[in-house]
Amino acid sequence: MAFRLEIVTPEGKAFADDISGVVLPGALGEMGVLPSHANLVSTLEPGELRYTKDGQTHELAVGAGFVEITGNHVNVLTDMAIGAEKIDEGVVEAALTRAQDRLKGVGDLTSEEVAATEAAILNSIAQLKLKRKRRTI
Amino acid sequence: MPSTRDIRRRIKSVKNTAQITKAMQLVAAAKMKKAQDAATNGRAYADLMNRVLVSLKERADEGVHPYFSEGKGEKELVVVISTDKGLCGALNTNLIKKVITSVTSADADFITVGRKGAQQLARMKRNLMADFTIKDPARFAELRSVGVFVQEKFLSGEYRCVRVAFTNFINTVTTVPTVEQLLPVNPVTLGGKRSYEGGTGMGEPIDMTAQPVMDYAFEPSVREVFAKVLPQYVNNTLFQMMLEARASEHSSRMVAMKNATDNAKQMIKDLTLEYNKVRQAAITNELLEITTAKMALE
Repeated sequence: MAFRLEIVTPEGKAFADDISGVVLPGALGEMGVLPSHANLVSTLEPGELRYTKDGQTHELAVGAGFVEITGNHVNVLTDMAIGAEKIDEGVVEAALTRAQDRLKGVGDLTSEEVAATEAAILNSIAQLKLKRKRRTI
Repeated sequence: MPSTRDIRRRIKSVKNTAQITKAMQLVAAAKMKKAQDAATNGRAYADLMNRVLVSLKERADEGVHPYFSEGKGEKELVVVISTDKGLCGALNTNLIKKVITSVTSADADFITVGRKGAQQLARMKRNLMADFTIKDPARFAELRSVGVFVQEKFLSGEYRCVRVAFTNFINTVTTVPTVEQLLPVNPVTLGGKRSYEGGTGMGEPIDMTAQPVMDYAFEPSVREVFAKVLPQYVNNTLFQMMLEARASEHSSRMVAMKNATDNAKQMIKDLTLEYNKVRQAAITNELLEITTAKMALE
């Protein structure tokens, strides 16, 4: 039995397919979703999303957002969704250092900018974690 | 009858105008492509978010979050997203017309994004509360400051609802001035379709056949989920509306400039014809004079 997973980011629809199971980085820890899951709305933390299709597990790095689970639909709204093969470690690391440097000069940043930079850092860390995990296999 | 010199002068000036409008058309076309892509790509996210929240609103208990119910006040807050520059056809005129017909109460307060709307509303002596200038291309962080301001005003309880007037982008030649309710959470039209009617304006429509659901579980808790998601919803919807408005602006500027170039070209054609006619007439006249003079001599 399969259900529909849709991942949508502000840049467009990142993923839409019928899958047999998904593990999401929920606010209260990882949460697995199988077909006929109870209706649920949860916030998501930046982290790793794993879905299973045809017995194979695929991974994506996702940013903060939320998920709506109804009937046989899982709708994930997040600000980032990127597969391990598309992550460029060098670029992400550079972005991470840049963001951290910015935070050090907190004095001249508004609280808005601080929040945005912190979110960027969390997203970068999520990407790096996924990439490095893959490499050790 | 005008002299050939006058006509030549006019042809020259029309040619210059045509060159300028042609250049502006090319610039607008380049910006249009980017703006249109940004608007269509963002729609899926904004639509899905709107649809999810509208369905949650129906099931949520009263008072679980202030954004789900009308404010205590009587007044309306209207955000008008217009353009900074002119020369984009009737875009701003149509938008302001739409605002006048939809916002009937006299004591509505206005927040403007873009210079043209601010000028118009000031001329009509409406209450302007704030005027934001957003760069082109619009960045999310800039729109967030508008979103935060709007939310503060709504939470102060002074306003019954917040509405946004912007121009929806359908395609390059069709743009539709629209007024949508932003708060309390309400179905909004982005692009051509309302999200809850299915169809996200891109790719396959989101399946809406899910059976009526009575209860949702919330993690970590109802309050925490809404407290996190709703402000994000307001900011994101505003941003998407801005993207739609920008795509419309560049599209109608492109179309307006294309029309101007075409008109100028037609005018050059007509003037050239006129010029040749006058020239011919002058030559014929001269010939006539010469022959008459010659015949008189014989």
